[in-house]
Parts: sequence; C-alpha cells; structure tokens
Amino acid sequence: MAELAARASTWWAIFQINFYEKLVYRGDFMLGTLMRFLPIVTQIFLWSAIFSARGGGDSAGEEIVGYTYYNIVAYYLLSTISRAFSSMPGLASGIALQIREGEIKKYLIQPLDLISFFLLNRVAHKLTYYIVAAVPFAIVFFICRGYFEGWPPTHVLCAYAFSLILSFMLGFFMEATIGMIGFWFLEVRSLLFVYMLFTFFLSGHMFPLDMLNELGGPWSTIVKSLPLMYLAYFPAAVFLEKITGAELMWGLIVQVGWVVFFIIASRLAFHYGVKQYSAYGG
Amino acid sequence: MNDRPSYGSVFFMFLRNSLVRDLSFRSNFWVECVSSLSWVIMNLGFYLLIFSYTNSIGNDTGWGKWEFFVFLATTLLVNSLVQMFFMPNIQEFSELIRTGKLDFALLKPIDTQFLISFEKVNWPSTANFLFGILLMSISLYQLTHRPNDPIELTVGMVAVYIVFLLCGVAILYSLMIVLAASSIWLGRNTSLYDFWFYITSFSRYPMEIYNAGSLGLTLKMIFTFAIPILIVVNVPARILAQPMGVDPTDKWLLSGYMIVATGLSLLFSRWVFKKSLKSYRSASS
Repeated sequence: MAELAARASTWWAIFQINFYEKLVYRGDFMLGTLMRFLPIVTQIFLWSAIFSARGGGDSAGEEIVGYTYYNIVAYYLLSTISRAFSSMPGLASGIALQIREGEIKKYLIQPLDLISFFLLNRVAHKLTYYIVAAVPFAIVFFICRGYFEGWPPTHVLCAYAFSLILSFMLGFFMEATIGMIGFWFLEVRSLLFVYMLFTFFLSGHMFPLDMLNELGGPWSTIVKSLPLMYLAYFPAAVFLEKITGAELMWGLIVQVGWVVFFIIASRLAFHYGVKQYSAYGG
Repeated sequence: MNDRPSYGSVFFMFLRNSLVRDLSFRSNFWVECVSSLSWVIMNLGFYLLIFSYTNSIGNDTGWGKWEFFVFLATTLLVNSLVQMFFMPNIQEFSELIRTGKLDFALLKPIDTQFLISFEKVNWPSTANFLFGILLMSISLYQLTHRPNDPIELTVGMVAVYIVFLLCGVAILYSLMIVLAASSIWLGRNTSLYDFWFYITSFSRYPMEIYNAGSLGLTLKMIFTFAIPILIVVNVPARILAQPMGVDPTDKWLLSGYMIVATGLSLLFSRWVFKKSLKSYRSASS
C-alpha cells in the first residue's frame, strides 16, 4: 500500500513539473495553434472549388462518397482535433536521440519505468496543450459552426471521446516503438520520415479515407487495415456519423487491438533493446 | 590581387564544394533524393484522387487535370530551386545569428547577403527538379495533343515562362530573407520553417479558388499585393497552361505586376537585411 502511495506521489510530481513547465510558453502555444488552421483555409477553398465545378457553379446538393461540401469542411476541422490527440511531436526522435547520446541510462539506474515516465510526460504535455489551445480551437469552431449539423447523439459522442483517447494511446505507443528501434540502428531519421510521410497521407489528414472506396483495386482495403487511419480519420468519421452500428463497434475493437499490440511491441522492444544497449556517451 | 572578388567563380566554387560534400555521403544522398521524391509522388496521388471526382478545379476556371498538372509541375520547379539554393542557407543564417557566428561572415571581403544566401547547395533537390520537368513534359504533351483547341507551344512562351519562374524564385527568396533577418530582433526564430510552410501553402493552388466570398477576396488581395506569394506559381503556370488566359487583360496586368513585385521584393529584402545587420550584436566570444 505504502509502495503504491509512493509511486502515486512520484507520478504526481512528474506530472506537475511538466504542467507548469509547459504553461510558461502559453502565448507561443496559442499563436502556434491558430497558425495550424491556416493550411485548412486553403483546403476549404480548394474543396469549395471542386464541389462548385461538379455542380456547374453551385456546390449545394453535390456529394462525393456521401460527403457534402459542408461535411468535408467539418471533416477537416475534426481531423485537427484527432491530430491534436494522436500526434506526438519529437517523441520517437527524442527516444532515439537519448539512446544514441547515452542519456537513456539515467532512466535505467533510477527506480522509474521509462515508458510510463514518457507516457506521463506526454499526458501532462497534452493536457496543458488542450487547456491552452481550447481558446483558439473554440474560436475557430465557433466561426465555422455553420459547417456542422449540430451535435451528434450522446452515444456517438461517447464513442467519439473513447476513440480520441485511444488515438492518443495509439500515437504514443506506435512512436515509442519506432523510437526504441534506435537501440539497434542508432540513426532512425529516415525511418521516421517514412512514418511521417505515411501518417500524413494515410491517416486521413489529407482527405477522408472513404474517397479511396470508389477508386477500385485494393487501395481502400490496404489503407483501412493499417493502424494509421485511427490517428485522424476514424474519430472524425465517428463524430460525423459516417461510421455507425456494428461497423462502429468493430472499429473500436480493432482500435483497442492496435493499442494493445503496440503496448506489447514497445515493451518487447525496450526489453530486448536494453540488452543490446552499450551506453554510449559520457 | 584584385579587390573585388569574382562572384561567378565564388558561386561555382560553392556549387562544387557542396556536390563533393553531398557525394561523400553517397547513401545519404540517395535516401534524401528518394524521400523527397516520395513526398511529391504521394501529393501527386492526392491530386489524381481529386481528379477522379471532378474534371476541373473551380467552375469555368480552365484548370482541368492537365492544366493543373502544369501548375503542379511549376510549383515543384519553383520549390525545388528554392530548396536547392536557399533553404539550407537561410535556416543556417538564423542559427548564425543566434550563436554569434555571423561575425565570420561579416569579416569576409564579399557581400554578406551573397555569402549567406549561396554558401550551400542542396543537390538532392535536383531529384524533385527533374521530376518537375518530367511532369511538365507529360502534361504539356497532353495539352498540345488534345483534340479540342490544343495549346500551341512556342519558343517565346517557354522563354517567358522561364523568366517568370525565376521571378517566382526571387519573390520566395526575398520573403525568406525577410523572415530570417527578423531573427536578429527576435533573438531566435524556431518556428521560421513552420511559418514559411503555412504562408506558402496559399501559393499552392490556382488563385481562382479564392474567388468565393469576401474572405476569399481578402486573402487574394493580401497574398497578391501585401505578400506577393499567390502570383509566384500562378503567373508562370498560366503562361504555359492557359496561353490566352480566361481574361487576357487580367493576364497581362498580372504579369506586368509580377515583374514590379519581384523588383520591389528584392529591394525590400535587401533593405531589411542591411537594417538587420546594423542591429546585430555579436553573441560570440
């Protein structure tokens, strides 16, 4: 019992340190968040042009794979929320750098579990991010409220919240696993580039993945069997009620499956990685 | 000994040194080529997907599939030139200011802006440049061989295109210099690259898409006149893809304006650069 209390107080301390550290740069944070919406502005205009070309000058009533122009804009806005949960800037590269520079040994000699420590850091970072970014997000969503058809029913909102939390976990454990590959290949930069490239295009950040359905061939099946789609596409599509009923149930189960898979993968990578590790650096 | 250095031979030396350095790490060189190409190819996939759902970007704008691919190829050519010559140097410039190493550049008997703009050349960007030329050739072949009013390509058009392409590069270069020089006042500028990415995202599509609503027109005005990045790709791409243009007067006005804007941007960036050097307080030693 005492051990548990001690552990809880350690975690609380880690959390607090991060929280206050991040709050120092809140002005920079807010500006950065607002700037993040700039590329979406061009996307909105691009899709407006595409829908108006389909409708001969009028975008009303036109649909692409079940998405109206308003749906598409709402989708882009929602995908920024998914990405606010699932993106882990600097996580994998940070772990790989610590391995290469030998800094990781400080976690090995302390009574701390490395992965839990990093996870807590991220939770603290993300919470701070949401608290500070809530203002710019609220402004943007309020301005764009016309693109939404009101709130979805409660059970959809619950499923949405659940899939967002899962997307955070998935993003974290997937990047942590990639970072651990640094135990074997000290330099993982090109691997990270490939991961970033695939995430950018195949997570649904660029376009709703349903668009691949009508393309024919195996593309849609391939993209939808990757875990990447849970990072941006899946939560947004749940909110817009594009995924419902049994499909939603299965989607969430598969998402949980991927999270468990990457938790185990990161643990295994760490376990075998440490055996491989030779503590470079001073 | 001659007092004035020969800028041509210094530039040639920079080119050669960079090539030697890039080719010393040969596998890294190829990895960089392949990774930047795969980024471009994925983008191309996105536009192919879009054109499976529409046959033009915007109603009656004339930006059909192959016209838009001429536009895309132009974006690629402009960006690869900027990446090849300026991107690594100007990122380095911010770093030189922060660490105080700019002193060494100031002491050299050569124009400081020239030195910090051209010192490194990023050779792997030629992969994107070549891909841009390939995409351009395919698109132009399609446009000149289509059954309904095919485009007639003349040597004059290509020459004018090249001039405007270089104007576009010059405008982006000026913007970069202004952004980087601002780090003298800000101390450091870590989000320089982010800001650059967000701002230039406006130049990536035909300007006709902003013709909708007052927000669109405001953005179009800002990014044409205040920060002239909307014309960087639009003007040269129109010369090849829509030689007659949708509205001929508009086209000539815009082209004329681009020449003026290029001159003004270069002068303005030169002025900001000189001004910033005066405020430079060395942080070294």
